[in-house]
This record gives sequence, C-alpha cells and structure tokens, in this order.
Amino acid sequence: MEKTWNNKAWFMVLPVLLLVAFSAVIPLMTVVNYSVQDTFGNNEFFWAGTEWFEEVLASERFHDALFRNLAFSLIILAIEVPLGIAIALAMPRSGFWVPVCLVLMALPLLIPWNVVGTIWQVFGRADIGLLGHTLAYLGIPYNYTQDPVAAWITVIVMDVWHWTSLVVLLCYAGLVSIPEAYYQAAKIDGASRWSVFRYIQLPKMHRVLLIAVLLRFMDSFMIYTEPFVVTGGGPGNSTTFLSIDLVKMAIGQFDLGPAAAMSIVYFLIVLALSWVFYTVMTNYGQDER
Amino acid sequence: MTLSWMAWTWPTAIFFITIFGLLIGMGVWEYAVPGGSPRVGILRFETTRGDRLFVSLLGSAFICLFWLGLVGPSLWWALALCLGYALCVFRWV
Repeated sequence: MEKTWNNKAWFMVLPVLLLVAFSAVIPLMTVVNYSVQDTFGNNEFFWAGTEWFEEVLASERFHDALFRNLAFSLIILAIEVPLGIAIALAMPRSGFWVPVCLVLMALPLLIPWNVVGTIWQVFGRADIGLLGHTLAYLGIPYNYTQDPVAAWITVIVMDVWHWTSLVVLLCYAGLVSIPEAYYQAAKIDGASRWSVFRYIQLPKMHRVLLIAVLLRFMDSFMIYTEPFVVTGGGPGNSTTFLSIDLVKMAIGQFDLGPAAAMSIVYFLIVLALSWVFYTVMTNYGQDER
Repeated sequence: MTLSWMAWTWPTAIFFITIFGLLIGMGVWEYAVPGGSPRVGILRFETTRGDRLFVSLLGSAFICLFWLGLVGPSLWWALALCLGYALCVFRWV
C-alpha cells in the first residue's frame, strides 16, 4: 500500500516555527549581524568585516576557555554516565522503594541552577560550610577561592551532584522497559551478570543513553550559572568556561562585535560536536541491531 | 516597527537570503520528489538530502573559519572551496 502524504499537516507546526523564529532564529541573525560590525552604543554600527573572527580565532583567551570547557565536559561525562548507569541498575524495579528512589533522584533536578551554585558555595566554605569546615578539621587543604584544583573539584562534584540524576532516570526508564522474558532466557542460558548487562541491558538502554550523553554534553558545554555563582570563573581564569568568558566580553567589556563572533564560533562547535555524537551513536545502534 | 536594533548590513542580508532560499529550494525539491532520497554514501551511513545540506553548510562554516584562522581575511577562495565541498557532499555522501 502506498504511503499517504498530507502536506496540510505542515500548518500544524506553524505555531512552533513562529515561536522558534522569535526565540532563536531572530536573535541568532542579530548576533551574526553584530559579529561583522563594531558599536560604541547608541544603536550606531560600523562595518568591521571578518576582523572579530580573526581576533577570536587567534585569541589565547578563547583557546584556553575552549580547552577548559572541553575538559570539563569530558570529565563530567566520564563520571556521570557510568555512575548514572550503576545507580539505575541498583534501583529496585518494583515495590515501595521505587517511588521513594525516583523522588530522591528527581530532587536535585528541581533545584534552580543559581540555588545549586549558592548551596555549594556555602557548603564549601571553611568558616560556615559543612564540607569546608570538615575538610579543614581533618587537616585537608581546601579553598576553592584560592586553589584552582579545589575550584575544579568543587565545580565537577557540584555538576555530578546536580545532573547524575538525569542520567539515572533516563537509564532507569530504559531498564524497566525490558521484558522479563529476556532475563528468563538469559537465566536458562546460564548467562553471567556481566553478560546480562552487556547483551541485554546496555543495548536496551542505548537510545536513552544517547539522549543522556547528548543532553549532558550540550548542557555542560554551555555551563554558566553554577560555576559563575561558586567561583566567578576564578581563581584567576581557572574555571572561566566559554560562556563565562562570553558574558565578560559582551556585558563586562561591552565588546559586542568580538563577543558575537565568539558566540558564533562557540555555536558552530556545539552544533558540530552534537552532530558527531548523534550520528556516531545512532549508527552504532543500527550496527548492533 | 523598526529593525535597526538588528543592525542589518547588505552582506549579512544576502547571506540569510541565500540560506532561506536554500531551505525553500529544499522544500520545493521535497515536494517534487518526496522521501528525501536516502542513500548510503562514503560515510557508510544513511543520509537524506536534508542531512547532506546540513553537512554542507556546517562544513562550509568550518572551512571559512579555518581559512580566516590560517590563510587570511579574503574569503573568496574559501567560498569557492565551500561550493566544491558542497558538490562533493551531495555527490558522494
């Protein structure tokens, strides 16, 4: 039977297209316009051509922020994905504890980003924070305002605390959708715990893991609020990620042209990496099937 | 409503008209030949013509960035390279 094509259905997506146009496309077009001009305010612009792009591409400040951001994203993915899978595997599949675990897991996700930053900022302080005070009591040197390593550890642990739950909930959704017959068949075949995980659970979680990795990568690559609240990008520039640097440039220095050029380069990197992630993981799944 | 806050210039306007023109062209192509012409090319996974346009545009953006970073500010040769790249993508990817 031939498939029916009804192009009138396109009208149903018009409201979404309008919304995306006003919230994303028009601002993006404006940023492109700003990236080739210079302004001193008062809505007056002067043509600069590709000058800002050349400046950004040659800028050590941009390279450093990009490297820090990539390192941060890779570290949190390396921690959150295996940890999320492990917690999801350990969670009960039925009974009283299921809703309890789900609510506990969802709690960090419900807290606004700036509140998470404030919680960890206070938590890590040696004078009033539980973590900082305990570490000082144990004689472990820890000061996230002066030591770059401590600042990085704080930002990473904070992100893991905030977002591992998302990976857990997605993996758990994948796990509970596996029919019991699969486990029974594995038991009859005498499959080990590792074999059950490798050949039943992991392939069945593949789709949700794809979403989890994509969401966490994009989100961590665009992280702003939490590190800004905790460290303000410091000490020095040690936790200045791309978005923090961008805001410093655009709002702090009012360099709208270079900031627009930097945001376009940033956007293209996010787009390219997300496409690579998506394509590789989607096609990996097709090979598996 | 004035659009002066968007700081339009002719080069950027031409850029966006080209992009929207490409999207409209793809829509017309899809209307004429529905289904997206999926095929497996040199990347060894299935792509539709929409995928090929996306890869062409994204790759072209990076070609221009590399050109600016490594060669110089004049982008005419980079544009020619982008067109060649897009043709290769539509032919072989």
